[in-house]
Amino acid sequence: MSAVIFFENLMQAVIAGLLIGSVYGLMCVGLGLIFGLMRVINFAQGEFLMLGMYGAFYVCTWFGLSSAVGPIVGAVVAGVLLYLLGMGLHKSLLTKATGIKVAGTEGEGHYPQLILTLGISLVLANGALIIFGNTPLSIRTPYSGSAWELGPLVGDDMLLFFNKARTIALVVSVLVAIAVYQFVHRTRIGKSLRAAADNPSAATYMGIDVERSHRISFGIGAAITGLAGGLIASYYPFQPYIGLDFVVIMYAGVVLGGLGSMIGAFWGGLVIGLIQQVSTLFLPLQLQNAMIFLVFLLIILFRPQGLFGKNVERV
Amino acid sequence: MKLDQEPKLLRTIAIVAAVYLAFAWLIDDKYYQLILTIVPIWAMMGIAWNVFSGYSGLVSFGHAAFFGIGAYTVALAMIGFNLSPWFGIPLGTVAGVIASVLVGYPTFKLRGVYFSLAMLAYPLTLLYIFEWLGYQEVTMQMVRENSWMYMQFKSQYTYIVVSTVLVAIAVYISGRIHASRFGLSLTAIKQNEAAAEGAGVDAAAWKLRAIMVSGAIAAAAGGYYAVVLIVVTPPSVFGMIASAQAMIMALFGGVATVWGPVIGAAVLIPLSEILHAELGNQVHGIHGVVFGLAIIAMILYAPEGLLPRLRDAWRRRNGGAADDAADAQRRTVDLPAAASAERPPIGEQIVLKVNDLSRAFGGLKAVSNVSFEVRQGEVLGIIGPNGAGKTTLFNLLNGFIRADQGSVQFGASELIGLKPNQVCRLGVGRTFQVVRPFPRMTVLQNVVVGAFAAEQQDDDRAVELARQALDRVGMLKHEQVLAGGLNSLELRLMELARVLAGQPRLLLLDETLAGLGSEEVEVILAVIRRLADEGQTIVIIEHTMQAMVRIADRFLVLDHGQVLAVGKPAEVVRDPAVIEAYLGKKWMDHAKH
Repeated sequence: MSAVIFFENLMQAVIAGLLIGSVYGLMCVGLGLIFGLMRVINFAQGEFLMLGMYGAFYVCTWFGLSSAVGPIVGAVVAGVLLYLLGMGLHKSLLTKATGIKVAGTEGEGHYPQLILTLGISLVLANGALIIFGNTPLSIRTPYSGSAWELGPLVGDDMLLFFNKARTIALVVSVLVAIAVYQFVHRTRIGKSLRAAADNPSAATYMGIDVERSHRISFGIGAAITGLAGGLIASYYPFQPYIGLDFVVIMYAGVVLGGLGSMIGAFWGGLVIGLIQQVSTLFLPLQLQNAMIFLVFLLIILFRPQGLFGKNVERV
Repeated sequence: MKLDQEPKLLRTIAIVAAVYLAFAWLIDDKYYQLILTIVPIWAMMGIAWNVFSGYSGLVSFGHAAFFGIGAYTVALAMIGFNLSPWFGIPLGTVAGVIASVLVGYPTFKLRGVYFSLAMLAYPLTLLYIFEWLGYQEVTMQMVRENSWMYMQFKSQYTYIVVSTVLVAIAVYISGRIHASRFGLSLTAIKQNEAAAEGAGVDAAAWKLRAIMVSGAIAAAAGGYYAVVLIVVTPPSVFGMIASAQAMIMALFGGVATVWGPVIGAAVLIPLSEILHAELGNQVHGIHGVVFGLAIIAMILYAPEGLLPRLRDAWRRRNGGAADDAADAQRRTVDLPAAASAERPPIGEQIVLKVNDLSRAFGGLKAVSNVSFEVRQGEVLGIIGPNGAGKTTLFNLLNGFIRADQGSVQFGASELIGLKPNQVCRLGVGRTFQVVRPFPRMTVLQNVVVGAFAAEQQDDDRAVELARQALDRVGMLKHEQVLAGGLNSLELRLMELARVLAGQPRLLLLDETLAGLGSEEVEVILAVIRRLADEGQTIVIIEHTMQAMVRIADRFLVLDHGQVLAVGKPAEVVRDPAVIEAYLGKKWMDHAKH
């Protein structure tokens, strides 16, 4: 009997992990576009997520959208807004910081950008605190608190629940991730984005406007993460500092999936979601995030090339 | 002269501290007094970050880990064991050092962004663990009698005094590091780690020492922070903002400078605190916005920080003309005079004995069963076509690459398995095919880094050795020039001086003539010949046969990783196998006729 209960709990945790993990996967795809293609640690990615949450929230509130599609519409609109924000930040700030030698480090091209994004992150998080206040919000729809049931299974003993809001988020996440993948790999623009990321100078010789490509990549990366934020907002309370909790999850997923691999980033996020949820069976709630950070540390220390990446380290 | 001495460090510290305390004496307002207590604490955090990340170039996003450990050690020791912070802070400092070793040891194998990301995870993990342990809010108990024994003072001014003393100690430590081989070695690692290793700098050891000092200072700052604020919560000491503030103080004031973090804290902390006090009730988060904007502005307009920026501006106004004159004067390389004495005969003693050395990369045998000897005072030229394995051979000899098999005897020591810096300190110096300068250090500083390998204790003596080495290659006039501004001949000579400063018994020169014009080649050849005349043992890799014939006593020809021929130049250049390797089969037929 207890084995069945454990199995039921485990299955329920796995389901929760998949539902949450797929949205993590989508966030990671967004970050993967930026980190994997431009090799810049974007600290503000968590804040893009947070802004996506607020964006979706206000779209839903102002337009009175409270049905199932409400959060989705909100998330998409937030995504578009973040695309513009990402493009703007890239054009006005990030490109200004390239090539500047900070502190005389060798091969330091990325350090100024990295520190710059830390600054952007602080401004966005605290700016949001000033504008939105620190009361936790969430988008309430009839689906947030209800679930589809699967079962009874295993001779009437097991009943599995799929939270409706999370299930909808999963479906949207998978669809968006596929669409982005198709865009990057099939379309002309997508190919030029990859070329610009892979070898900027060669891409320049091929007539690609590298700066514009990077700007678009950055914008799309911000948009996707913002969209993921909008989806999460439909079932998870948020406040302006929430970005930090997720930024490590995102990097864990991207590193786990292997740099530069979009599919890998999605799987990486999914795995992190699973680890997080399954760990609740064994660990107290407060340690859930500690567990993720620990896993992240272990990944980065022992397999920095990721589970799906190849080892390209050179002497 | 000293390395890069901050002039009269102790006196400056005393004056600054006195002025600060005098200013604080005039302030009556409780809140402003608190700000004046906090400024030195964040200055310490900035110094802690700077001592490690500023000098070594490994950007840490996780200094809150040490800060928090210091704070919690003090608070918990006080609550649990009634231990006074007078002892708690030293205890916390020790805890910080231990934590820094535990953090540093595994994390140093990561590079660049991965290092930064890993560092980010440590304090955040600790944050959740401390919350889970039930330390969400730890308040230190008030002591009624003899409260000063528990660092609880009646007057806020006393807190300011203690805080100022602590930061003064931190500045002194950082100043000593800055002006010693500690700082210079770290800077060299930051600018070119491979070159630093090759010049005898034990990168791993210096990084570990740096993070230990850094962790100690950060933990002490955290410990005193707990004393001042009485209440400790995980987000306030382990949170991202604590790590970020440490970094921001240093970046704002000036990275890798002694006073930069202090200036950063003195400007930014009062600014954000006063804004917070004036507007904070209506506008939460104004701190963060100020810090964020400060970072963005610094990166865009003064990426090296305020202090270097001001220094440059001041120098331009005052000493610009003198610098230009010096610049015009330096552009000549003083060719060294030929050695006065006859060249000593090549000795019988074997300096280097390479036996059956091999290394494969996948299926490619880059170096395969290579054996040879080098005698005392000999100049051995290694020649061979592109991809013959010449540079790989050097990399095997000095430890950049691990050998698959074989042995390398240098005197009584086996070199295989040693790290490059160890090989260098045993007395094998090398130069690189592509010159590896430390671009933002002066020529003299570049060479001093090499001299540390020979002079392990005395920094002044190392400077002396560096000067001698510069003189030997005719570059003494350039000593104050930044290496980044040298032309390729000067860079080659400087690199040569850097190796010579380490007093090597064996010199490995990797294509020292590459990319030079014919007149420049003559200069280098003259220098090398003079070294040979002084009895220096040299192994030199070179492409161009003409140059080699003039300096080498013996040739070793490599092709496809194997030794094709060894012998006197005149014999080797007539060897059909050598001609074939170099010029192709057609030429060999040609040569027969």
